[in-house]
Amino acid sequence: MKRLSALFISLLASAGLHAGEVQVAVAANFTAPMQQIATEFAKDTGHKAVLSFGATGKFYAQIVNGAPFEVFLAADDTTPARLEKEGHAVPGSRFTYAVGKLVLWSAKPDFVDARGEILKDGKFNKLSIANPKTAPYGAATIETLKKLQLLAAVQPKFVQGENISQTLQFVFTGNADLGFIALSQVFKDGKITEGSAWIVPGYYHEPIHQDGAILAKGKGNPAAAALAAYLKGDKAKAVIKSFGYDLR
Amino acid sequence: MLTDSDLQAIWLTIRLAGITTLILLLIGTPIAWWLARSRAWWKGPVGAIVALPLVLPPSVLGFYLLLAMGPNGPFGQLTQSLGLGTLPFTFWGLVVASVFYSLPFMVQPLQNAFEGIGERPLEVAATLRASPLDTFFSVVLPLAKPGFVTAGILTFAHTVGEFGVVLMIGGNIPGVTRVASVQIYDHVEAMEYGDAHRLAAVMLIFSFAVLLAMYTRRSQPRREA
Repeated sequence: MKRLSALFISLLASAGLHAGEVQVAVAANFTAPMQQIATEFAKDTGHKAVLSFGATGKFYAQIVNGAPFEVFLAADDTTPARLEKEGHAVPGSRFTYAVGKLVLWSAKPDFVDARGEILKDGKFNKLSIANPKTAPYGAATIETLKKLQLLAAVQPKFVQGENISQTLQFVFTGNADLGFIALSQVFKDGKITEGSAWIVPGYYHEPIHQDGAILAKGKGNPAAAALAAYLKGDKAKAVIKSFGYDLR
Repeated sequence: MLTDSDLQAIWLTIRLAGITTLILLLIGTPIAWWLARSRAWWKGPVGAIVALPLVLPPSVLGFYLLLAMGPNGPFGQLTQSLGLGTLPFTFWGLVVASVFYSLPFMVQPLQNAFEGIGERPLEVAATLRASPLDTFFSVVLPLAKPGFVTAGILTFAHTVGEFGVVLMIGGNIPGVTRVASVQIYDHVEAMEYGDAHRLAAVMLIFSFAVLLAMYTRRSQPRREA
């Protein structure tokens, strides 16, 4: 009985430690870093971040239609701006939490050269890209290919993922030899984790600013404000950088 | 009202559903016949496998198909050794996937129809010295006709409504794998809600019309009986 009450007390205590909870909608490309950040956020502040991952456009539709998200980490900067304009985000709460980097990647080692010349050779079956209409990394891909004057040449080999996760999946399973994906997907602790890659230099496309915002539903929730502050802190920044993002 | 790419997606969807239905008529009929007549112990396992796509999330089915049909998968290695290349991102890849995905919608109504015929007509045909093949075409087919109509309509409609599997293995290529459901998803993702509404309305009307046709047929009393 004594033990049982001790268990209850510790349960209550841990519930007390999780002072708050915040519902977060996270862009698919930020999945891995955000999981790590959320763990440290819980340790450091006691607040719990409940994460949902998905495509930015879909989150937009859900948020506008009353989804219970309190913080939104988008894959672009236009969607949070639009949400703020339409009154779904707390004015002035927007911030750039990461700047995305585009990478040409293959699951095969030594397949992609350090300068991306393989695009000119054309010796690959398919080129997996994110849907340029909906995914910022897809739009950056098209911009890059235009600058390289290769768009017309490689377009017949396009296969499109609906979001950056699916774009990676096509390459990862070997169905496409090559893909333009987010560096964060294949980058950890300062290096490419597997396969071969060409990191696309930033001057080939407009910077991929990934903005976050506190949503109207999160207004007044201390955990939401704490998470936004935490993402701007040094600890989170170090994590974000270690996954291959730039910071503004 | 609908854009050219919408019409292209609709036409592609109709082609996919039509070809899938034809192939499944050919494959599904013998399977359903066997399931209806057999007393083998492995009838149960086969029936369960046929029904799997009803239960499995399309994302699971799509992911397995992507792996199996990919260059390192068993099916992909088979198609490569036959000189066909790999199937993901092709129209015929979608056809193969749809055949798996819609299999129960063809087999189950047919199996019910065959079971409903019972032993008697077959025995009569046998005493009249009809060969099994003859029996099938002149006795079973006419008696099971409503079952074939239901199975065909359900298969066609279900393939039109396919989304998750196509998304996983299609690669969203206009005119090749971008079917209507994916096109709608694209419109929604791109926040083109007007376009999404128009195409979605077409799909909704189509689905309702198909089901209406089927249920009206079914609720009519049989005249011959």
